[in-house]
Amino acid sequence: MSSTALPAAVPMQAERDDALLRATRRRRVMSKIVAHGALILGVLIVAFPIWMTLVGSTHDAATIGRGDVPLLPGSHAIENYATAWNEGGGKSRTTPAALMLWNSLLMALLIAVGKITISILSAYAVVFFRFPLRMAAFWAIFITLMLPVEVRIIPTFQVIVDLSLGNTWAGLIIPLIASATATLLFRQFFLTIPDEFVEAAKIDGAGPLRFLKDVVLPLSLTNIAAMFVILFIYGWNQYLWPLLIINDRSMETIVVGLSKMIGSGDSQNEWNTIMATAVLALLPPVLVVALMQRWFVRGLTETEK
Amino acid sequence: MATLSLRDVRKSFAATQVLHGIELEVADGELVVIVGASGCGKSTLLRIVAGLETATSGQVVINNRDVTELEPADRDIAMVFQNYALYPHMSVFGNMAYGLKIRGMDKAEIERRVKAAAEILGIGPLLERKPKQLSGGQRQRVAMGRAIVREPALFLFDEPLSNLDAKLRVQMRAEIRRLQRRLGVTSLFVTHDQVEAMTLGDRLVVMNAGRAAQVAPPMEIFERPADTYVAGFIGSPAMNFIPAVLEDGGASAKLEDGSSIRFADGPRPGPAGRRLTLGLRPEHVEPTNGDGSIPLTVELIEPLGSETVVHGRAAGGMPIVTRLQGAFSGQSLSVHLSPKHLHVFDAETGRRLDS
Repeated sequence: MSSTALPAAVPMQAERDDALLRATRRRRVMSKIVAHGALILGVLIVAFPIWMTLVGSTHDAATIGRGDVPLLPGSHAIENYATAWNEGGGKSRTTPAALMLWNSLLMALLIAVGKITISILSAYAVVFFRFPLRMAAFWAIFITLMLPVEVRIIPTFQVIVDLSLGNTWAGLIIPLIASATATLLFRQFFLTIPDEFVEAAKIDGAGPLRFLKDVVLPLSLTNIAAMFVILFIYGWNQYLWPLLIINDRSMETIVVGLSKMIGSGDSQNEWNTIMATAVLALLPPVLVVALMQRWFVRGLTETEK
Repeated sequence: MATLSLRDVRKSFAATQVLHGIELEVADGELVVIVGASGCGKSTLLRIVAGLETATSGQVVINNRDVTELEPADRDIAMVFQNYALYPHMSVFGNMAYGLKIRGMDKAEIERRVKAAAEILGIGPLLERKPKQLSGGQRQRVAMGRAIVREPALFLFDEPLSNLDAKLRVQMRAEIRRLQRRLGVTSLFVTHDQVEAMTLGDRLVVMNAGRAAQVAPPMEIFERPADTYVAGFIGSPAMNFIPAVLEDGGASAKLEDGSSIRFADGPRPGPAGRRLTLGLRPEHVEPTNGDGSIPLTVELIEPLGSETVVHGRAAGGMPIVTRLQGAFSGQSLSVHLSPKHLHVFDAETGRRLDS
């Protein structure tokens, strides 16, 4: 009896297993579709404006001027980019993008390097030295975090103009170099350096600057790389301060220059050139992130402590 | 080679005094171990010798030169740290050479010294590696190598073995001892481990609450502890302490249970009724069935292989630990307190009372 019942039970069991398996597969596929759907939607939202800019930079001025918004690239890419690069955009043929890119690059590099230098030195002083009013100095730096650049921009402007530094690189860069954020981050990192390193260095006879150069800086390399990326982009995107302090169009940065290309409405904007300039303005930060990211991921995986 | 003298070294952190006048003379080539529980001031003392802390008062004299005011680098010392403090971004060679490089020694000489030290320590093949690629024992050797290449007047060791596992610790302990003998460098070694202290030191400084409770060779400390703290700290399991009072004439003591124990090595000074603490090491609490034995209730048995530690309690509730040869099992045990090995301390001051 039982021998006849058993063979019947086995296929039933198999069938049930099969159904379970299919349901599991279906669920997996569904969850993949949902996940990918959400991701694709996100990417579309973020990437669409950039796509529009890219496409816009490849049509002639008339196409965009008519109000058509093409979704596919046109055939005027090379001439648009050449115009932007060599002559600038807008009716008045403003500063060429090549010069503005150079100006922006110089400003962003000097700001990033300056900020890193100053904040490493001040964090080093606050962490490794005992001097009167040490914590007062630290808090004084710290509370400037709460003041955005815009709040102190009028007095800063006054100071810089009084020093006759308007329209100079020094006037453009020096006020942007102090950095509470970077000081704070380096301080936090320096605090994780064991006291024994300091003591071993003292016994080895390394003075403070030697210790900074031989031990602290090599250990901070990955942090410096990360800060460089952040600060370079911060510098690159500066708008209000360069707009105020620089009138000389040959010193114009690309972010400011880009906004100046867009006219007030009396005349036709050359959107194709403007968008080509915008794409050019995007490239250096993207490049810095792409190159440095690889570098600091390597640094993070090879953590030294 | 060098000598070290500490003269009335005191240290306070704000209102808290952590060192109460330490006096110490270390002879040329001697290895002195500073041992004590956490917070007794032993590390602070070492750091004062190194120059990493400044003494509130007192003098540190290395090789007849007062170095109290000097920077660590100018004291002609080398230090091995508890966590080795190897610079993680430098190779083993770089770590060992760093101090010499700063002193402006020429490259060939640095190379010669590092190679020689690496040879002694058996880390020759590791010179190009980074510290993170080394095992604990290898890092320990590099840390010592960094000290050796300096050819200093004085070695300072700050609990250098406490980050190693038990087996490696025993091995490195012997190695440090051999190396120190071979190089003949005067050394100061801080540890909280009494076994390390006993096996390594030519002399021990047992510290208690910022004072040197006793400075003596290891066996003298073991056999004639200066006070109850030293007696209880050195030796494992710890010494038994039994309250008693001095009997008339000072030749014997009366225990709490009324029984009397006669001092084997002569009478102690003081009036009858003077309160005493008798100390007896567990190995000198002998099992017996004879007269005057103390019956114990066994509370805990710790077999150690060749011997067994038995924790018992006497009738009055007084705990007594004994160490027996071989295995032991059972609920009760009768013991005899061997008068020959009795240590007598004053109950008030804790100081040793000699006949």
